[in-house]
Amino acid sequence: MKSVVFLALAMLSAPLFSAVILKVKAFFGGKKGPPLLINYYTLVKLFQKGSVYSNSTTLIFKMGPMVSLCSAVTVMMFLPIAGYAPLFSFNGDVIFLLYLLGLGRFFTIAAAMDTASPFEGMGAAREAYFPIICEATLFMILILFYMFTSDLRLAAFFSGPRPLELWQTAGAPLLFVVMSLFIILLTENSRVPVDDPATHLELTMIHEVMVLDHSGPDFAFIELGSFFKLFFYSTLIARLIFPFEFSNPIVNAGLFAVVLLMVYAAVGITESVMARYRMDKVPKFVLTSFALAFFATVITLEFF
Amino acid sequence: MKTDFLQIENGEKTARDQIPHLAFDDFRKQALNIVTDGGKAIHFFAYPENGDMKMMAVLRTGDKLLAAGCDAPEAYPSLTAECEPFHMFEREIAEQFGIRPQGHPWLKAVRYHANYRGKPDVFGNNYEEDIPGNYNYYAVEGEEIHEVAVGPVHAGIIEPGHFRFNCIGERVLHLEIQLGYQHRAVENLLLNADPRRLPVIAESIAGDTSVGNCLCYSQAVESLSSLVPDEGARIIRTIALELERIANHVGDLGALSGDVAFLPPANYCGRMRGDFLNMSLLLCGNRFGKGLVRPGGVCFSLADEVRKILDGRIKEIKPQVEHVIDLLFSTPSVLARFEDCGAVSLADAEKLGLVGPAGRACGIPYDARRCFPTEHYPKLDIPEYALPTGDVYARGKVRADEVMQSINVIQSLINGPVETTCVNYGNSDLAPSSFVMTLNEAWRGELSHCVLTDEDGKILRYKVKDPSFHNWNGLAMSLRDTGISDFPLNNKSFNLSYCGFDL
Repeated sequence: MKSVVFLALAMLSAPLFSAVILKVKAFFGGKKGPPLLINYYTLVKLFQKGSVYSNSTTLIFKMGPMVSLCSAVTVMMFLPIAGYAPLFSFNGDVIFLLYLLGLGRFFTIAAAMDTASPFEGMGAAREAYFPIICEATLFMILILFYMFTSDLRLAAFFSGPRPLELWQTAGAPLLFVVMSLFIILLTENSRVPVDDPATHLELTMIHEVMVLDHSGPDFAFIELGSFFKLFFYSTLIARLIFPFEFSNPIVNAGLFAVVLLMVYAAVGITESVMARYRMDKVPKFVLTSFALAFFATVITLEFF
Repeated sequence: MKTDFLQIENGEKTARDQIPHLAFDDFRKQALNIVTDGGKAIHFFAYPENGDMKMMAVLRTGDKLLAAGCDAPEAYPSLTAECEPFHMFEREIAEQFGIRPQGHPWLKAVRYHANYRGKPDVFGNNYEEDIPGNYNYYAVEGEEIHEVAVGPVHAGIIEPGHFRFNCIGERVLHLEIQLGYQHRAVENLLLNADPRRLPVIAESIAGDTSVGNCLCYSQAVESLSSLVPDEGARIIRTIALELERIANHVGDLGALSGDVAFLPPANYCGRMRGDFLNMSLLLCGNRFGKGLVRPGGVCFSLADEVRKILDGRIKEIKPQVEHVIDLLFSTPSVLARFEDCGAVSLADAEKLGLVGPAGRACGIPYDARRCFPTEHYPKLDIPEYALPTGDVYARGKVRADEVMQSINVIQSLINGPVETTCVNYGNSDLAPSSFVMTLNEAWRGELSHCVLTDEDGKILRYKVKDPSFHNWNGLAMSLRDTGISDFPLNNKSFNLSYCGFDL
């Protein structure tokens, strides 16, 4: 029951958390910023519109947003929120989830290629390239966690008292993991310094350019999917940096929400205090996450 | 060096019979000599008179302006084939009057319109068709080559232009720029319009350079009609030109920052640009300085209370500008994007004839305010300034430094009372059979107008040259071997005019 409630709460509040980033950025820019409910307004607006389809596109183009939203929703069902057991969990689900996210990305890329626009092709090439490095990092982290827990369930790493135990056995490597997860969060969710979600310049975009041709409800699906995805990665980080548990679920949920806010705020601060990297420097930045995860694993090997 | 070209002065009329009229071969040889010896072309244009076509060139060498004319042949051996700086001018002449430069290495339409004489088109275009007509863009072939075409419809709010990138992966091999979508035939409009409308048309040649263009126009009319603006008017014009420079530079610095997703300066510069535009508003009731400069002086005086408000506003904003510029140029992640991005070498810049901040960023210190000063500039000390690297950083830095410099200039000008008698422009008669060229450093660089009058004192030819006429090719050059994702950044660092080019 708790799992269902938390999942529902998470899915309802994901757009709200994303708006926090906008608020933080506005604060640094000396502006008031959009209202906190902006993303809900946008979603409602988009759902009221019709979708426009270019006659050079095929079924793939229409499938892209749906598949990517479905994959994001499915992933949310496996996510242990605030340390509570997720809706579903099975041994090996981590690998399943990684490739489910990959499937969503594949369809986004395929839909972008389907439009035959030179911009979208370029964005697709970039989007296909950077996450490869993320995948390597995630597998490195997976190896590390597996060594500690001998388990391949996401719930086993992030729910119950597990995160605290991990900190007690291997605090230093876990610090590395948190950092590298943050880099992955920035990359996978196309945030500065990898991508700029606010830009209007097609030539510099990575993710945004691929969804240029989607409109109305289709675009709302994409937006919703991206809110869930960001929530997914933020939850993992939040759980790692705040592994404590209390008996009252409401206290737990409240504290967790505060930590989650901090993660989102950190994203906003990162976006405000630095420029984005030059496109050819981005792989190096993403590779840093792999290096961190790799060294975390190497350090741990000595303990055994 | 011996030359038959006549030395002229900026903004001073010359009787047309004093300007040497050479045989074409001599004209060509001497123009080539001057430019290959380090001279630069300011103007090279054709004009019809009594049914004959004539050509005229104004060149500059160091601190001299040289002019000469000749009869225009129907076809002639191209000057560009030997000397690159004539490249755009010859294309323009071919397009406007159907005079063919033979052996021109890149004979392509400039603005895509039929020539004014009804001659067979040099480019073989049928102007019923859309741009680019009978023109095949440069193409690169190969397995990994792809072509990205951008525009002319812009996704944002700027003007239309078509950009074609030949890329290998993320790397740009060549960028070809096609403009002309905003061609309004301004030069012809200026010939046929009611004289009272001329200042308004001049101000509208390029909306972001309205003070610069109107200043060039007014100086030309003043010299042709012997109107003399008083000292106060000169000071107010100088202030207006500098305010225009600051507002545009500040806006572009913010845009540069926004393009690399560094938000704080982007937001603050956007606001400060508005503050500077509002200072123009204070000066003349128009944020872009329209309606201020008119032949004979200015239409709005600078009363003491206005001067004090202006002084107060500048005192208040100066530390803010300093702070934001410092933030922009001291943030490592911003510098990592700006440095080594889109560098144009000094040699290329010389050949393309880059002017203004874009030229100064490549190591060409030329500044019309220092070399050919007008208005109050002879009494100001504009320092010689250039940066060697030619990259986005240099272009940004030159403009940032000019902002501070211009703020100081304005502060020094509004120190004491400025007195002027406002003019109400009436119809003034222009001297017959005269020629005048006016040259000013607008915020993009060397902006120049040329006026030729006939025996009746009617304008025979009005020639406008925006600095962007030289600098667009600099942008194309800066993109060579640069990542395509850095195009917007480079484009912003130049921020060239579409309508100033398209005329």
